[in-house]
Amino acid sequence: MTTSTKILVDGNEAAAHIAYRVSEVIAIYPITPSSNMGEWADAWSAEDTPNIWGTIPKVVEMQSEGGAAGTVHGALQAGSLSTTFTASQGLLLMIPNMYKIAGELTPTVFHIAARSLAAQALSIFGDHSDVMSARQTGFAMLSSNSVQETMDMALIAHSATLKAQLPFMHFFDGFRTSHEVAKIEEVSDATIRAMISDDDVMSFRKRALTPDRPVIRGTAQNPDVYFQGRETSNPFYARTPQIVEDCMKNFAKLTGRKYDLFNYVGAPDAERVIIMMGSGAEAAHELVDVLLERGEKVGLLKVRLYRPFSIEHFVHALPKTIKSLAVLDRTKEPGAIGDPLYLDVVTAIAETFQNGTAPFKTLPKIFGGRYGLSSKEFTPGMIKAIYDELKKDRPKNHFTIGINDDVSHSSLEWDKNFSIEKDTTFRGIFWGLGADGTVSANKNSIKIIGEETENFAQGYFVYDSKKSGSVTTSYLRFGKSPIRSSYLISTANFVACHQFQFLEQFDVLEKAGTGATFLLNSPYSHEQVWDHLPRSVQETIIAKKLKFHAIDAVKVARETGMGGRVNTIMQTCFFAISGILPADESIAKIKSAIKKTFGKKGDEIVNQNYKAVDMTVQNLFKITVPQKATSKFVLSNTVADHAPTFVKEVTCAIMAGKGDDLPVSKIPNDGTYPVGTTQWEKRNIAQDIPVWEADICIQCGKCAFICPHGVIRSKVYEEKDLAGAPATYKSTKTKGSDFGPGTLYTIQVAPEDCTGCELCVEICPAKSKTDSSKKAINMALQRPIRETEKANWNFFLNIPEFDRSKIKSHTVKGSQVLQPLFEFSGACAGCGETPYIKLATQLFGDRMLVANATGCSSIYGGNLPTTPYTNNSTGKGPAWSNSLFEDNAEFGLGYRLAIDKKKVQAEELLKKMASQLGEQLVTPILESKQNDEAEIFSQRARVEVLKEKISKMTTSDAKHLTSMADYLVKKSVWIVGGDGWAYDIGYGGLDHVLASGADVNILVLDTEVYSNTGGQMSKSTPIGAVAKFAAAGRPTGKKDLGLLAMSYGHVYVAKVAMGANDTHTLKAFLEAERYPGPSLIIAYSPCIAHGYNMRYMATQQKMAVDSGHWHLYRYNPDSPQKGLNPFVMDSKAPKTLLKDYMDQEARFKMLKKIDPARAEHLYVKAQQFVTEKYKFYDALAKLGQDKTGSTDDNE
Amino acid sequence: MKLETVYMGLKLKNPILAASCPMTKDLARVKEMEEAGVAGIVLPSLFEEEISYDQHAMDQFLSYSTHDVGPEATSFFPEPENFKNFEGEEYLESLRKIKSSVRIPVIGSLNGSTAGGWVKYAKLIQEAGADALELNIFYIPTELSITGTEVENRYIEILKSVKAQVSIPVAVKMAPFFSSLPSMAKRFDDAGANGLVLFNRFLEPDFDLDHLEAAMKPSFSTRSDIRLPLHWTAILYGKVKASLGATRGIKSGLDVLKMVMAGADATMISSLFYQEGVSSATRIIKEMTHWMEEHEYSSIEQMRGSMSYNHVTDKSAFVRANYMKMLRSI
Repeated sequence: MTTSTKILVDGNEAAAHIAYRVSEVIAIYPITPSSNMGEWADAWSAEDTPNIWGTIPKVVEMQSEGGAAGTVHGALQAGSLSTTFTASQGLLLMIPNMYKIAGELTPTVFHIAARSLAAQALSIFGDHSDVMSARQTGFAMLSSNSVQETMDMALIAHSATLKAQLPFMHFFDGFRTSHEVAKIEEVSDATIRAMISDDDVMSFRKRALTPDRPVIRGTAQNPDVYFQGRETSNPFYARTPQIVEDCMKNFAKLTGRKYDLFNYVGAPDAERVIIMMGSGAEAAHELVDVLLERGEKVGLLKVRLYRPFSIEHFVHALPKTIKSLAVLDRTKEPGAIGDPLYLDVVTAIAETFQNGTAPFKTLPKIFGGRYGLSSKEFTPGMIKAIYDELKKDRPKNHFTIGINDDVSHSSLEWDKNFSIEKDTTFRGIFWGLGADGTVSANKNSIKIIGEETENFAQGYFVYDSKKSGSVTTSYLRFGKSPIRSSYLISTANFVACHQFQFLEQFDVLEKAGTGATFLLNSPYSHEQVWDHLPRSVQETIIAKKLKFHAIDAVKVARETGMGGRVNTIMQTCFFAISGILPADESIAKIKSAIKKTFGKKGDEIVNQNYKAVDMTVQNLFKITVPQKATSKFVLSNTVADHAPTFVKEVTCAIMAGKGDDLPVSKIPNDGTYPVGTTQWEKRNIAQDIPVWEADICIQCGKCAFICPHGVIRSKVYEEKDLAGAPATYKSTKTKGSDFGPGTLYTIQVAPEDCTGCELCVEICPAKSKTDSSKKAINMALQRPIRETEKANWNFFLNIPEFDRSKIKSHTVKGSQVLQPLFEFSGACAGCGETPYIKLATQLFGDRMLVANATGCSSIYGGNLPTTPYTNNSTGKGPAWSNSLFEDNAEFGLGYRLAIDKKKVQAEELLKKMASQLGEQLVTPILESKQNDEAEIFSQRARVEVLKEKISKMTTSDAKHLTSMADYLVKKSVWIVGGDGWAYDIGYGGLDHVLASGADVNILVLDTEVYSNTGGQMSKSTPIGAVAKFAAAGRPTGKKDLGLLAMSYGHVYVAKVAMGANDTHTLKAFLEAERYPGPSLIIAYSPCIAHGYNMRYMATQQKMAVDSGHWHLYRYNPDSPQKGLNPFVMDSKAPKTLLKDYMDQEARFKMLKKIDPARAEHLYVKAQQFVTEKYKFYDALAKLGQDKTGSTDDNE
Repeated sequence: MKLETVYMGLKLKNPILAASCPMTKDLARVKEMEEAGVAGIVLPSLFEEEISYDQHAMDQFLSYSTHDVGPEATSFFPEPENFKNFEGEEYLESLRKIKSSVRIPVIGSLNGSTAGGWVKYAKLIQEAGADALELNIFYIPTELSITGTEVENRYIEILKSVKAQVSIPVAVKMAPFFSSLPSMAKRFDDAGANGLVLFNRFLEPDFDLDHLEAAMKPSFSTRSDIRLPLHWTAILYGKVKASLGATRGIKSGLDVLKMVMAGADATMISSLFYQEGVSSATRIIKEMTHWMEEHEYSSIEQMRGSMSYNHVTDKSAFVRANYMKMLRSI
């Protein structure tokens, strides 16, 4: 046995560690929760880390998972050991290649962080829907239940695949295992070498396609031989279970860790047994140990090798005494007579009885159950309920556990208070804000405790789905015995709240056990903090006898130069009062961890953190808890009284973190939800919000235009509308003559929805004549003005909207008087994408359909609990859906075809019914061009008259026309997605839709990186930028998507950057929508993945344009008919060097800190690239003629 | 013609140094300078803020504000095993490269306003091979409560902490805004400055009236800028042990000669190199030689300080009487 090293890793790193060491070619593509495996591989390759044969694996990012699988297939055929990592939809895209790889008996391992599939909704969380959808491909399937097993099974899979000549899927639960940090024994390179036989590698290589020994594979076969060919592989499947078992034995010899194809734990004479695979089996194992101590005859069978399924191994792993079995599936196969594992078990046992080989005395009763979809909690209480159910005379079959199914009544009841957590295990829950460092600090603490003590350690982190102001909860366990608890902590002995405001929003102490320690970061002094707690919090502290400690960590952070960063300070507090390590020792360990973490980024950062640690202890106070709660601060409802019932009953529960309690009947059965629900979620995440100065304002509308969150709005209205205005409501006369005399103007902020990004203040061009530091919008503390501004906002909302048909929507100012129908999304504060979406909804929202590619825009656009697309006072607004990542253009084209078809049908019926309806009504409807708002309004009015008229008719034609009459009013189809979709995975479809000539508007929110999955390179990533999957800086230039689209000649193309030129953006949106064919708008969208303060987004966009990084142009295919050049360059020749732009962003600058020589080289290359690009565009703009399509100065 | 001079103990083939500017970091340009006759170069400054800003910015954007944004994006950047260049490595590397590629002296430069941890870079610059160090102290007091003495003490403290780090000569590039410049020069002298460079050119912001904001626009020195350093070099000559370097507004050989006659041991040029190219050094040297030949001078040494305060007959030209005279002449 080799000696082992203890390491702290998550499941993804554990799997990648093995995969990287035994591979030569690795093809990757990002998808949650598996992306990190590819990121590790890319980072190791960029740092020249060799595999076990001393060579650096070649890591290549592909355009989709389908592409990655194809590349792996090719690499395998050409004789390189190859692997990939994926999950969910990604695995589905690999299926065609998986059949091929298996059919050709090719060894490889695909590592899968198993995840839900998109059905009624997408979910990024864990279950077995994906792997079960690939179980028929011919891949062997090996399951890991914990982080340790993930590393172990990864190696067993790589070892077995070479011997068995069958490809393997090695899978583990997404998030629960892929993202759980645990202390495990590292599999050493010596063990890896001992498990991977050189002979096996040689025989694999011998099968490589090579012109030196040519063969042909991938033939086409006919009815005569295909069938037989399909049966040739049977012996390989038959021998594989034994091969895997041998590999497991070999592994046990090398490491001492023993695995079987089916691992049984429990009583040797068990009567009730659960059969399952995945992380839930660890919780079941933990419970079985407890129940055995109580004398119960129960057991658990962990399925490891699921395919090929060995009946022989399976039945012999089970005790002969079993009477009833529960087979648990973490997937759903609607309409089937059972979920997959259940069906396999039933068949296996039935076959043994049929063959007479059954080892059991009597045929056991077998029940199927479903649990844990989309990472639904699977707790000992639930598992206990299953064992209890098996005791019954007639247990429920096809049950569900973990939900309340009040529709089909499938669910089992369970005791929610049942707990088997050991008091000897430290169980801490830490509440933090996304990006406040809480999670990082906790990961650091786990490392310290795991590495420096004998304790086992486990960390699991839960995030909500907002990208701004998201809440994170970290669950940490430490203890002397191994930790199998694959579920959240139910009773904690330590709770830390790093953000005081959470006390108002969440039941932070719900899971605090009696006598637990409570650590609070409070903006109040230790003398005052008690009095500022909400009453319910005081009551809980008293009732649960909590030991209460508080610190003003923000103050300590400020005084030690840490800005607002409290992570190191709160971590120090944790060590100081948790008693896990002696206080002095823990301080030294924190400091050494700081040196390790920050040392490479310079001494100043290290010293600053040291200082924060030193100042923490003297500012941490134990608070004396009074006998009685005295606070007058009583928490109110989280949602307004006038909210719709659905919002109150469903949305509100999800917002409050009680979504698990919602029964099936409350959930829409087809994934359809009401729009406009973000308005009910008052998140109050901004410390400072903008305040308007009416006297300074020049009413340009730029603030509202750039606001990513729809929280700063302008309205023009009549004086009479001011009646009843709150005293603090601000109003001024409208400047200019666009809105008629006597009208009033207000800019109002939604105080509780603002994220405090400050973009509006930055862009505001108006300054006080007496004090240039004061603008027409300035930031002010939110709390003191929250209530007054709430009243003002509500008053503002109730003022009628200005008549759309009379608004000059082609001016920035005019466009911003249009009501946004996209508001308060959970996008990052200062998001560069959402202003474009909001603008589109202002201009076209009341007749708009959105097809949204998966990505950031589908998450902030459609992730529960609340969604931002909303409707206007007439009930009209954008209709939105997300199909997939890869098919969005096609999905949107489908919208268009359906709408056009229905319009044609309505027109046909109109013509047919013309005599009944009257030519006076019919002719204008048929002839309406609907080129502008006024015409559309007229058409809408005519259609209303038509609908009124046909409502009285009873003919079939009238009924059909009624259902389609609204399609006589122009509908605007918008196909929206990011560059990952448009440049990479969806490009084939996008190209086809552009070629189709259909009237769709394609909006590419170009962040130049896969933003949603954490910043992986796309083909839009510019030269020199460091991104995930481009850890050494991207060496090649970004794809010119616009030019490719222009090559068709019939596609309207515009490249815009709102922060550089808002008028140009507006013009492009209007032209694109008006153009009767396909339009493509490529919108520069700054993202936090660029690495600078988003407040300066507009300035940086301007620099992007001024330096030639981002050219502004429009290509209008209609222009040549007017004798004009279709291509108009709307930005001037670059006037600054590209490096002036690049140096402002960490994505470029970090390369100077990693590899200065390469940075210098790529900076030069990047400059050449943009210089040449400008020359090309300039020539294009001057082609053939002096005239251009430009009709204004575009400034 | 003997153009040789000695500046802070460094033997220079003539009194023309390339002043601290971005150009002197570029090896190719430095080689051109050497060929054109420039006698030495002062590297661009390694800024206290640059070192500190880079560390903080990278920490902020790579490790903090982009971490744990949500379940799908627990980070946004790859975290390399090691970083370089957070401690001025790139600067030191280019210093090393330049030093090994040219024969003329190379002077490093540090710019800061506090006696903080950054002074350790003085030692690193020395270790990287710099022949001397120029200390560019740039502190703008904006509080009414800060006294001149406090500011002066801060400058001295910085100089002392740098001197404690290195054995190579250290020059202080001075600001002209001291109440008593000679007294301050003396304090620097006493604190161990090996050279005083007159003067630092502050890039005060312009105003942009369209946007009502301060605008940073780089500007080049003009010919008339020569007067300030000329004046003070002449006053300080012979009164301090430190070598005197003069910079600002030097556009011709005659300007260099004026500075030398005022008492400068060396002069520094940058604006001209940007305006006319590095080859202008050759022209300057020619102009100097021509003038000296014409006026029968044999060496630079001969003329140094010949028109300093101590050596001119009409001292009023240097003091207040001169002001009165000039006003009357308008």
